[in-house]
Amino acid sequence: MHITDSIEGCFQLMGGDFTNAGKASGELKSTLSKLGVSQDVIRRAAIAAFEAEMNVIIHAVAGTMHYSIGSEELKIILTDMGPGIEDIELAMREGYSTAPDWVREMGWGAGMGLPNIKKNSDNLKIDSMVGEGTTLEITLYIK
Amino acid sequence: MLKVTDIAGRLGLDIRVSGDLHTEARGCYISDLLSDVMANGKESDIWITLQTHPNIVAVAVIKGLSGIIITNGRSPEPDTVKKAEAENITILTTGRTTFETAGLLYTMFTAHGS
Repeated sequence: MHITDSIEGCFQLMGGDFTNAGKASGELKSTLSKLGVSQDVIRRAAIAAFEAEMNVIIHAVAGTMHYSIGSEELKIILTDMGPGIEDIELAMREGYSTAPDWVREMGWGAGMGLPNIKKNSDNLKIDSMVGEGTTLEITLYIK
Repeated sequence: MLKVTDIAGRLGLDIRVSGDLHTEARGCYISDLLSDVMANGKESDIWITLQTHPNIVAVAVIKGLSGIIITNGRSPEPDTVKKAEAENITILTTGRTTFETAGLLYTMFTAHGS
């Protein structure tokens, strides 16, 4: 695969919009497939993007998912207007979740989202401000 | 490897949404936690769950699952059916419990040597 110019895209995400959950990550997945990115990168990117998308839908009022695919790396940046994360270290712990009960009944909120994102990315940067929102920068090396 | 259509036939599952029934299931994963499926399900697995809401289709698409089996006589929500039709994801249902469904499927897979 050879990508000369970086390819970018952006999706709007609405908090509480469970019906359209997965649309952004699904489109990113098919874009990566069309570009001939390796199956392993596609698989990991789709999981990380979807979990991050779900976090915005579960916790935030709204947000965006922006991606850029270059020749060396794929960057997925999610910015949301949400409650922010009080204790990032705690949030990264498997099993810890602040999701409400009705979200847990849907099978989300098991405290696996952020750990799944970390496991499937090559680099994860989290910036969060309580009461303002959260930015996730997910990087995957292509090749 | 078992064809989804053969699994549906042998287990007497109701085909609620017919995606690619000739696709092959490599194995099975069972969970009602969606992030657990995201983490531990494998591509081409058939997925047994009690969840009926539309997000199960998104999980199947993102993970490249071969189909979804909903147990205990539960039905997919109308929005789930619509989404599955649009995404070409197979949804099967059964009145059996997850335990019984898993047992039958396990026997089928082991008899098949996979």
